[in-house]
Amino acid sequence: MKQRRKERIDRGIKARSDDVFALTSYREMLYVALPPAIPVIGLLVLPLVLPGYWQKVFISTCMFALLAMSWDFLVSVGMVSLGQALFFGVGAYLAGILDRYAGFPIWLTIPAATVLGAGVCTIILLPVLRLRGVYFSMVTLVIPLMLERIVEATGVFGGTEGLAGLKAFPNQWVEAYFAALVCLAVLFGFRRLVTTDYGLVLKAIRDNDRAVMSAGINIYWLRAQALFLAGCVGAFCGAFMTHVYAFVGMPAFALDYSILPLASAVVGGMGTFAGSLLGAFILVPLSEALRGIGGLRTVIYALSLVVFIVALPEGIFHYLQRKYHQFDRWVKVDE
Amino acid sequence: MIEVTLIYGFVNSIILALVALGFSLTFGISGISNFAYGSFYVLAGYSVWILVNKWAVPFVPAMVLSVLLTSLLGALVYRLVLLRVRGQVISEVIATFGVGLAILELFRYLGYTGFEYTLPVFTDGSIMIGDTYIDHQRLWIVGVGILLAVALYFFTHYTKLGLAFRGIAQDEQTALSLGIHSDRIAGISVAFGSGLAAVAAVVILPRGTISVNEGYDVLINAMAVCIVGGLGSTAGVVVASFLIGYAQMITDTLSGPHWKMIVSLVAILVILVFKPSGLFGKQKELEERI
Repeated sequence: MKQRRKERIDRGIKARSDDVFALTSYREMLYVALPPAIPVIGLLVLPLVLPGYWQKVFISTCMFALLAMSWDFLVSVGMVSLGQALFFGVGAYLAGILDRYAGFPIWLTIPAATVLGAGVCTIILLPVLRLRGVYFSMVTLVIPLMLERIVEATGVFGGTEGLAGLKAFPNQWVEAYFAALVCLAVLFGFRRLVTTDYGLVLKAIRDNDRAVMSAGINIYWLRAQALFLAGCVGAFCGAFMTHVYAFVGMPAFALDYSILPLASAVVGGMGTFAGSLLGAFILVPLSEALRGIGGLRTVIYALSLVVFIVALPEGIFHYLQRKYHQFDRWVKVDE
Repeated sequence: MIEVTLIYGFVNSIILALVALGFSLTFGISGISNFAYGSFYVLAGYSVWILVNKWAVPFVPAMVLSVLLTSLLGALVYRLVLLRVRGQVISEVIATFGVGLAILELFRYLGYTGFEYTLPVFTDGSIMIGDTYIDHQRLWIVGVGILLAVALYFFTHYTKLGLAFRGIAQDEQTALSLGIHSDRIAGISVAFGSGLAAVAAVVILPRGTISVNEGYDVLINAMAVCIVGGLGSTAGVVVASFLIGYAQMITDTLSGPHWKMIVSLVAILVILVFKPSGLFGKQKELEERI
């Protein structure tokens, strides 16, 4: 029987343009510059061309992309969160509270809720940081469900009614571009961060925490920092959406905010941030288009999660990236 | 008043133990994370309901059938999903979480919410203990719970299969070299755990209505009991159930039922701060902690 295998070879242009100093032609420059330009151009142009309703969808897509990137960042430090809704909800409620009870203006509530929210989440999750394995997933899954129930039961911060009539953004353009710019900043920021020495240490904690400890590095402190960074992004989304809807309530802890970012990151491809962005921009508009089927959407996300984890664990982005950099061909295997 | 708290706290603790036993068997003892546990519990409840009300199957065969079906489904999920990602904790967690979510939200989508989704009680009536009425179903729960806990202890300590379950959690390589087919044992353990979830469901659910949210509550309670009791310890499950069960009952009487669920969370966080391996956990004391 003839056996064959797939051989993957770097494209010539990749080999030539790998070293940035050797760029000799516009084609090579384009080859290097095109991939990062796609999200920039896409995110800046989309609000211009989309009609009013889809602009709203664009804003929430950006938020889910941010949540997905924050999830991705946590995973690259070895913490699998099953409850991004925690960060989102805490940020959302803090923004609502600062607006309603302290009367802060909008440009103050968002940064304050971002930082405070991340701080609160980090402190809640501190005990879990000392453990590896699935404890982090378990606790992050539990907390948003609990917080939702506490709000419902005790009636604090508006209870089931929530806090309505909060300050809103001046107009939809501000919302759309603010969301797009933050999305881009986080995308490139995180991508840069994981390649720095600091990011390398964070990744090393995921791969072998004991080795990092024996290098004399305090990994609890570093994990807390990573959690805080991811929490900032998540809490920002919450605070932002509070002001978009001019409302905050129990839906802020909804399962959607946990499962959609997770699905986006897995479908798009973990560990690259661009994959999370791509995943969110596939799944969220899709879910808008499928609004008619209601609750079945969550089922579809959940199943897509399982299918991707089992069948295509690398995700769409890695696949595209490979096609961009390499070509493949079938070769005969010598007996 | 104290008597009521004592008796109902006892029943509540047994319910917790019953719910946690299956989770403890798969996750605690064999080390396979199964975040679909809560949805298997709910699925078992609904499947009994469907068998009894839609297909007119008598109650007792329906229960047996549902337990078997749930175990089979657990095995199927293991074979089709978990087997392919064994050993990668991140993927295991995400995949089982996805399966569980899909099952639960499917039931929600199909409209399985409301007060008509109740299971019949085993025997009707109630007895008096002192001045407190207690219905027969709660007595059934206590009986089945104690029986299962004892059976599980003997199963994991004195049968080859039970020892194999513990073996693959302690050291999979060594277990393999001793002739334990670790992949197959893991599958059996997932199936057993799902079956126990179904048993818990058919015994406990007749007390109230079946609801989708129960799936999340069950998962939370089971995780809390397993973490507090310590992984891999049946005695830990029992002790932790009593601690959390009574704590829940006392919070319930003192400050109303809203705060009942918060007890599990506080218990998880407190135990993780002071004794991360749980009260009775031994086998993983060094591995889980960093």
